[in-house]
This record gives sequence, structure tokens and C-alpha cells, in this order.
Amino acid sequence: MTTWDADEIGFFGDFGGRFMPEALVAALDELTDAWREAMADPGFVAEFDAIQREYAGTPSRLYEATRLSEQVGVRVLLKREDLNHTGAHKIRNVLGQALLTRRMGKTRVIAETGAGQHGVASATAAAYFGLDCTVYMGSVDTRRQALNVARMQLLGAKVVPVDSGSATLKDAINEALRDWVASVDHTAYLFGTAAGPHPFPSMVRDFTRGIGDEARQQCLDQYGVLPDAVAACVGGGSNAIGLFTAFLDDDVAIYGFEPGGEGVDTPRHAATIHVGASGVLHGARTYILQDADGQTIESHSISAGLDYPGVGPQHAHLAATGRATYEPVTDAEAMDAMALLARTEGIIPAIESAHAVAGALRLADKLKADKGPDATILVNLSGRGDKDMGTAIEWFGLGDAEEDR
Amino acid sequence: MSVSRAFQKARGEGRAALVGYLPAGFPDVAGGIDALTAMVDAGCDVIEVGLPYSDPVMDGPTIQAAAQQALDGGVRTTDVLRTVEAVAATSTPTVIMTYWNPVERYGVERFAADLAGAGGAGLITPDLTPDSGAEWVAAADAHDLDKIFLVAPSSTDARLAMTVAQCRGFVYATAVMGVTGARATTSDLAGPLVSRTRAAIADQGLDLPVGVGLGVSDGAQAAEVASYADGVIVGSAFVRTLLDAPSRAEGLKALSALTEDLAAGVRRGQ
Repeated sequence: MTTWDADEIGFFGDFGGRFMPEALVAALDELTDAWREAMADPGFVAEFDAIQREYAGTPSRLYEATRLSEQVGVRVLLKREDLNHTGAHKIRNVLGQALLTRRMGKTRVIAETGAGQHGVASATAAAYFGLDCTVYMGSVDTRRQALNVARMQLLGAKVVPVDSGSATLKDAINEALRDWVASVDHTAYLFGTAAGPHPFPSMVRDFTRGIGDEARQQCLDQYGVLPDAVAACVGGGSNAIGLFTAFLDDDVAIYGFEPGGEGVDTPRHAATIHVGASGVLHGARTYILQDADGQTIESHSISAGLDYPGVGPQHAHLAATGRATYEPVTDAEAMDAMALLARTEGIIPAIESAHAVAGALRLADKLKADKGPDATILVNLSGRGDKDMGTAIEWFGLGDAEEDR
Repeated sequence: MSVSRAFQKARGEGRAALVGYLPAGFPDVAGGIDALTAMVDAGCDVIEVGLPYSDPVMDGPTIQAAAQQALDGGVRTTDVLRTVEAVAATSTPTVIMTYWNPVERYGVERFAADLAGAGGAGLITPDLTPDSGAEWVAAADAHDLDKIFLVAPSSTDARLAMTVAQCRGFVYATAVMGVTGARATTSDLAGPLVSRTRAAIADQGLDLPVGVGLGVSDGAQAAEVASYADGVIVGSAFVRTLLDAPSRAEGLKALSALTEDLAAGVRRGQ
């Protein structure tokens, strides 16, 4: 419990709430009650911890990136969520939600996915718990991320391509909601990020906050101090809120790095907090990319996992209050950081996470000037980059694949 | 001008009211006004003008396609208000059905003022429930507009009571658990929902008609729903008729024929 929690009806200050069809409200109320009871039940919490430890491989390591640190002049710590089962922080969220689904006696789960990471995580959790699983994915994304479609199918999930609207993540969410309206009596919606209607922003935060709880303790244990700053990428914002929550009441600077795409002065970005305005999308009031009439504007990011025109409402609140700072990172900066981390540390990060690394590098100059070489910045390395090699091949001109064709 | 007048008239004639929906700007703004006017002429008692929105989570493929066509054609919120003004000029009560963000973006108070200025009767809000809609409730009350909220088969008795207490005009009962779209058979969830809704209305000493929507596509289904509801709401079937027509003229003709069939249906369903 932090002083930054939502109120009874899910508002973080002016943001959040529940703007949903009446048909789903009873289910959201039921979910809210079940989640609150589960979090207060030591048996549930212990089982969630045990599954994460034994199956997902947490706690993830807090790793001092020594060569990178030497290069930038401050101590850079990486929270290695890329080493979790399925390769990202998302496994924490889906295991929590799927465990809750089983507790509620539901037998089917649905999920939306953009890059496919949440879809793969959901399919994994469904297989683990023996649940029927359907994943909605924009047809543009099914083509961009064919490997992840295959992974989901191998895990036993049904993948439904979505052609409506822009045929990307936001439309996959719309289609999942349409399924849920018709199936809510036996189906749970495993929402992929800390956005959407109450209780999802708070519930997903609860299931991902292990990232920050672990990292805070690891930092104290390993270095005897808290970091000066923590940093994460922010699309919908589940990895970021998972990291930030433990530090909200500390004297620690908090930075979220948004997808700046081809630049926030161009139309091709997904920097919702930096550029967007308050509005309602997918059940919550938050910052969204919208035109003068409130129609959602298509977002762009080189990272499919950050390519979303909204953001979790708690981030909107942290931005509005000034508790956290959100800055855009361009596609080019992220790709540079991806290459830098690969070459200095032997770690290929997801392009999502590379946004956090790029932002941290920018921040390092300021921290070094303010606090000297003992300054510490803790970066959430939320996922690994295997899934992004197609993009990397194209961006950096790697491999022979193109010349041989 | 509240829609209650149209429901009273229908009740006086011993029948249910026919509520017809089309999104504004479909196939274009002028064509949409022509289509809605044809529906009025052929027997719709109340018109719902849809505000096309980029993320319509309660709509099935038919209405999604029409709304997308309207958006691709560049329809603006002001065009929707213009459509309302044109239809309301026929003296048929006209409401807007809209997802919430376009209203919030336009400004809730300003939207209410401009809707009232256009002669509109009120709003149907598929993703705004009264417990999240205090700002709209206040603006609607200030501008004498109808607040038409939805109830669903999954609504608890407590939520039914809370919702009908905030409704004005009519209560919109969603007959199925699902999105909009014509269905071969009417829902067996609708009758019980209407009964529960009426009980909630009576408990509070209110007098509100209950309209049933989602799925009705012909006169026979309209008659069936009219046997237990005060209003029969039809949307996708009208949209489908226009989408399938080979030309605009034939589309209007088919739209009039469907309206007449439905209007006859609401008169049979006793």
C-alpha cells in the first residue's frame, strides 16, 4: 500500500476510473472483489510467489553493467527481467491473473497482444494452469510477428487476427472486449498492461510490482544504498509501474521513457504523456493520442510492444503530479542503445527495454554532473531482444539474408 | 424535446415505439440525412444518430464498417450535430448514441449546449454508466436533455436501481450479452431483463419506458419484442440494408421498406 494508490472506484487523481459498457460492470466488480480477497489471502500470495520462483525464475538478478558503467561514468544496474521464463516481465502479470482466474472458477482466458509477448505469456500461463486460451492480435502484427504467432499456437492457444480499424494493438483490445461482453460468465480477460478499466491498472501493478520490490532490496543488499534514479520504458506501462511502485515513497528520481518514434515533432510516435491530452480510451481516463474530435490517432514505434496510443492511468497521475518524469526516446536512440548494450555487455535487449537504456544514458550525464561517479541508476531490462532480430537485421543491415534473396 | 413524447404517443396507440439507428456521415453526411429522413417518413418514432468513433467496443462488424466509412469520409462531431439538427427539424425526437471520449474532447457542457441548440433530445451512452457520468448528468439536467443509460442481463438489481434512477427519456435494455448486430432469433434474456427493469422503475415511483435493442432485424422479431417492451431499437439491420444496396436510390427504397415492415411489426406485437 502506497500513498499513490487508486481510490475505491479506481481513480488515481483525475485519471483511471471505469468507462465501460454496463454489460461488463458486474464482471469488473466481481474481479475487483476476487482480486482484493486474493491479495489479502496469505495462501494466494504464497502460491503466486512460489510459482514465480519455481516456474518463472524470479527474483531476476540485479546486475551491475560494469563496462557500460565505465563508459558512461555512473553506476548502471540492470534488473534482468529478460532472463525470466518467456523472456520478459510479462510472465509475472499473466501468472497472477491466471492464478486468480482459477481461483474464480473460470475455465477460459482471452488476451490481446501487440508484439505477441503478452500473447505468448498468456498462452504459457494458460498451458500451465490448463485453461482454454484465445489471443486477439492485429493482422498487421500477426505478419510482423509470425514467430510469436507460432509460439502461441504451439502452446495450444488460438490466435485470432483482427482486421478492423488500424489492425494493431488497440484494435486487438477492442476485439477482446467484444469477445468478453459475450463470454464473461466463463471467461477472464488477461489484460496485458497496467491500463484499462478499474481494477486492471491496480491489479496488474500488484502482479508486476515484484520487479521493484526485488530490485530495491537487491540494491540495498548489494550496495547498501538506494539508487539515485530508476528508469523504465513506458508503453502501456506495466514494467514501469512494476519497477516504480517500490520507490514511490523514497527519495529516488523516477524516469519513464516513452516511444518517441521518428520524433515527437512528427506524426509518427507513441509519446502519449509527452504529446497527448487527457481523454478516455479502453475504459480509463488517461493521456491518449487523439485528434480534435477525440478520435484515437494511430501511434508509431519501432517497438511493437510500445506502439499504443494510450498509457496506464497511474503513469498519467505520476506525470501530472510531477512524482515521475516522462521523456521521449526516438527509434534511432533506442536502436543505438540496443547495439551499445549488445557490444559492451553481451546483452541483446528487447527494443522496448532499449528505450529505457537509451533514456538512462541520457540521464547518466546529468547524474554524473550532479552527484559524481558514485551515482547509481537502476534500469529495468524488461525483456530480451530475440523477438526483435528481424527489426535489427533491417535497421542495421545485418546478416546475409537480404543480399541472398 | 424529450423522446418521452414519442413513447407516450405510441403507448396511446396501444403499441411499442420504433427506434431507428444509423451513424452520421454514412454513406456521407448528406446521404446520412437523406437516409434518416426516409426512416422518419416510413415510420420511425425516434431516431438515434450514431457518432462514428475509432474504437467502438460495443459494435459488431456491420456498424463498425459503416462508422469506419464515415470516418474515412472525414465526418466530424459538428457534422453529427448538423445531422441531428436536420432530423430533429422533422419533429421526430432525435438522440445521439456516442462513445464517451468524443463528448469529453468536445467539452461535456459545450456538447450538451450544442446538442440542445440543434434540437436534439439527449444522449445514449454505451460506455458511460451513471456512476462514472456525474459530469454528463449535470450537463444534461442543465440543458433539459434525456440521459439514456444501458442496462444488461448481467446488471445486478442494485445497478438496475442506480441506473434507472438516473435515466430520462427511456431505459435502453441490451437484449443479449454481446455486441450489436442482427441475429436470427431474439434473445430469451430480454424478457426477464425488461421485467426486472420495470420492477426497478416501479420501486422508485418512476415512469420510464424500456426499449430493447441488439439483434432485431425484421417485422416478426419487432412484433415479438414489442409484446413485452415499450420500444424496439433497430440499428445493424438498417446499416446492413444500406451497405448491401447497389445504389443510393435503391438503398433508400429498401430502407423505407424495412422501416415499414418494422413499423407494422411494432403494431402487431400485443
